[in-house]
Amino acid sequence: MTVAQFLVLSAAMFSIGIYGVLIRRNAVLVLLSVELMLAAVNINFVAFGTYFADPAAGGQVFALFVITVAAAEVGIGLAIILLIFRNRASANVDELDVLKW
Amino acid sequence: MDLSIAQNWFFLVIALVMVAASLVVVTSRNVMHAALMLVGALAGSAGLFILLGAEFVAGVLVLVYIGAIIVLFLFGVMITRVQIGQSRTLDHANPWPAAVVAIATFAVLAGSAVAFFGDAEIDRVAAVRTSDIGHTIFDRFVVPFEVVSFVLLAALIGSIVLARKDTDT
Repeated sequence: MTVAQFLVLSAAMFSIGIYGVLIRRNAVLVLLSVELMLAAVNINFVAFGTYFADPAAGGQVFALFVITVAAAEVGIGLAIILLIFRNRASANVDELDVLKW
Repeated sequence: MDLSIAQNWFFLVIALVMVAASLVVVTSRNVMHAALMLVGALAGSAGLFILLGAEFVAGVLVLVYIGAIIVLFLFGVMITRVQIGQSRTLDHANPWPAAVVAIATFAVLAGSAVAFFGDAEIDRVAAVRTSDIGHTIFDRFVVPFEVVSFVLLAALIGSIVLARKDTDT
């Protein structure tokens, strides 16, 4: 196993996530795409942790931190989406233009 | 990639499943299918973690992501009454700008990774013991650990405050 093959796979998943964030109009699906990007970052952390053979497993610890932050992000994100839906009866990000003049 | 090594075959199969599942996540017209295909992508990355000798992270990924976050997403889909089933209004009409950005990002990231690391081998996959991870968290990374647990607590309280209906005032 080369380290580059993990990095290329991670780059592919990150790019697919970017495509999803840009193309989706539904806020829940945008969050799903963000999860894809975070999963790609996790692959990088663990692959580098194994590649550099860190005896203290720093890469894996940071992957755990990323998982925690992802959980916090999904919780707060879905609460915001729920609030938007309650106020505007829509979860379409194109209609959220109250900050536009 | 040397296909005479069994690990590379496992990697190839898992990688193909992950990329296919991710593409379904971002292109499916059915919200439920998109959320459930995210399970496929994340299960694939758990498989990669086991391939890399990170069993504890793989277990946490399955428990936290597939066990909790996906369920939260499914609740989000149901509460916001996104049309379950076929829907035409989920995507922008013109996918090309997004596709150009995504392909350019992939070219830069993958090109620099290959140019920098070339065919540097991961020569020795030593399974990391969970006790090592515990020692590292509570020794070297104890301040980030406290910060991240505070972030999680704040997010928890924040989402409760945001999502509940104001009935008392």
